[in-house]
Amino acid sequence: MGLEEKLPSGVLLTTVENLFGYMRSAAFWPATFGLACCAIEMMTYGAPRYDSGRWGQEVFRASPRQADLMIVAGRVSQKMAPVLRQIYDQMPNPKWVLAMGVCASTGGMFNNYAIVQGVDHVVPVDMYLPGCPPRPEMLVDAMFKLRDKVRHTPIGIDAIEAAQQAEQRQLEAPALIEQKGLLR
Amino acid sequence: MTDSTPRKPPRKRTRKQAKRPEPENVRSEPEDVSPEPVEERDEGASTSSADIHQESDEKAPIKGAVPEGESEPDAETKPESITEEAPAVSSEATAAEEDEAQLAAAEPTAEVLQVRKGMFGVKGSGDTSGYGGLTRVVEFPGAAIPPFGGWWDQVYERIGALIHNFSDVIIKVVIYRGEITFHVARQHLAELVRYLRDDAHLRFEFCSSVSGVHYPADKDHELHGVYHLQSMTYNRRIRLEVSVPDSDPHIPSVVATYPTADWHERETYDMFGIIFDGHPALTRILMPDDWPGYPQRKDYPLGGIPVEYKGATIPPPDQRRSY
Repeated sequence: MGLEEKLPSGVLLTTVENLFGYMRSAAFWPATFGLACCAIEMMTYGAPRYDSGRWGQEVFRASPRQADLMIVAGRVSQKMAPVLRQIYDQMPNPKWVLAMGVCASTGGMFNNYAIVQGVDHVVPVDMYLPGCPPRPEMLVDAMFKLRDKVRHTPIGIDAIEAAQQAEQRQLEAPALIEQKGLLR
Repeated sequence: MTDSTPRKPPRKRTRKQAKRPEPENVRSEPEDVSPEPVEERDEGASTSSADIHQESDEKAPIKGAVPEGESEPDAETKPESITEEAPAVSSEATAAEEDEAQLAAAEPTAEVLQVRKGMFGVKGSGDTSGYGGLTRVVEFPGAAIPPFGGWWDQVYERIGALIHNFSDVIIKVVIYRGEITFHVARQHLAELVRYLRDDAHLRFEFCSSVSGVHYPADKDHELHGVYHLQSMTYNRRIRLEVSVPDSDPHIPSVVATYPTADWHERETYDMFGIIFDGHPALTRILMPDDWPGYPQRKDYPLGGIPVEYKGATIPPPDQRRSY
C-alpha cells in the first residue's frame, strides 16, 4: 500500500532501526552516580575541558526518572548496592550502565568484605571501563564505544530476538567465576 | 603552588610553638580551665607523638600531686613536656620532676599480651618489603592506683559513693596517655551508666561512641566493648571498657540510658559479633543481613574475596607470595 511495498523486504525496518539508533545515541541523559574518586574524573568529563556537551551529555540528571545512562563511578559498598539497584530500577527503559573504573568493574584494590566485587553483581553492565581512576579521555572513549553499541541496537521484533539470543548465550556460557585463564 | 608546599610545615610549627605556653596561663587560674586544655591536647595528639608518649607513660599518674579544684589533668602535664624548650616554666616543672622521681617506683607495669612480627601474618619469607621486620607488642597498660589527680578522683570517688559493691563493678582503672578508662563488670554496666548520666556530680550526658576490640590472645576476655562518655556540664571525658569471652559475647545494652548508642551497638554487633542484650532491634547495620561472620574480628579472613572477572584471582595478603 505504502512505501514499504515498493522496497525490498526489511529495508524500511533497517532504516528505521538506524534512525532510532542514531537518535538514541545522540540523546543520552546520564544519572549522577558518583561514588568515589572516579566521580571527579566524571565531573571533569562533563566540564568545559573535555566538554561532553559536544555530544549532548553535559546535563547530568539528578533524578533517575529522567536518566537513561548510569555511570557507576567508584567502588560500590555492600551498603550501597541495594541503593544502586533501586536507582537502576527507577530509570525508565531503555537504559544502560557504564562501570567506570576498576573498582566498579571488579572491586579493584578493595578485595575485601566491604566492597561489592564488580557492580555486575547487582545490575547488568553494558560497558566496562578500566583504570584507577580512568582519565576523562578514557571515559570519552568508553562513551563512544557505548554510543556505537546503542547505535546498532535492534528495535521491535529484532530487539526481542536479540534479547533471547543473549539470554541463551549467557545460559550456555560458563559462569564468570568458572572462566579461567582469560585474563591477559 | 610549588613554593607554597614546602613552606607549610614550618608555618605549622610556629603556630604550635606559639600555642604551647597556653597551659601555663591556664594553670594560674585553676577555676576556669575546662575549654582550653582539651584543645591543646587535641593539637598535641595530632602534631607530636613523642610528647604524648612522654606525657602519658611517665607523667599521667603524677597528677595526684596537684589535684586542685576542677583542674584538668592535661593542663598539669603539659608544662613538663615544655621544659626542654621553654625555660619559662620553673617552679611547676621542678615540682613535677620531684613527683616523677616518686612515680618511677610506683609506675604500673604493662601487661604484654602478644608480640606480633611481620605483616599480615606472613612468616618465613625473605621479605624485602620492609614490613617483615615489624614487631608489634600488644600490651595493656597496667592498672592505676588512686589518687589519680584532678577530677579523676572526684569521678572515681563519686562512683564509689553511689554504688555499694564498688570493687565488683569497677574491676580496674587504667590511666594511659592522659585518659582514664574504667574497666566495668558487664552485669553492672547498665546500672553504672545510669548513675554516670543522671548523678549531678558526674553528668556524663553524652555517649559519643560504642566500639569493639578483638584480642584473640586475651583468654576469656577476647571481645571488648568500649564506651566513650562525655560530660557536657563539666567538660570531662571518660572511657568504659567491658570485656567478655568469645564463647559468651553478651553485654547489656546501654540504649535505655543513651539512645544514641542504638546504631553504635548495631555496628559493634555487625563488626564484632558482640550481642547487646536489651537492644531494641539488634540487626546488622553495615553488612547485608545474611552475611556470614564478623568482619572486624582478627580471625576474619583478610581479603581473598572471589572476583568474578575472567578467572582473575586475588589471593589474600598472607598467602600472596614469599620472596
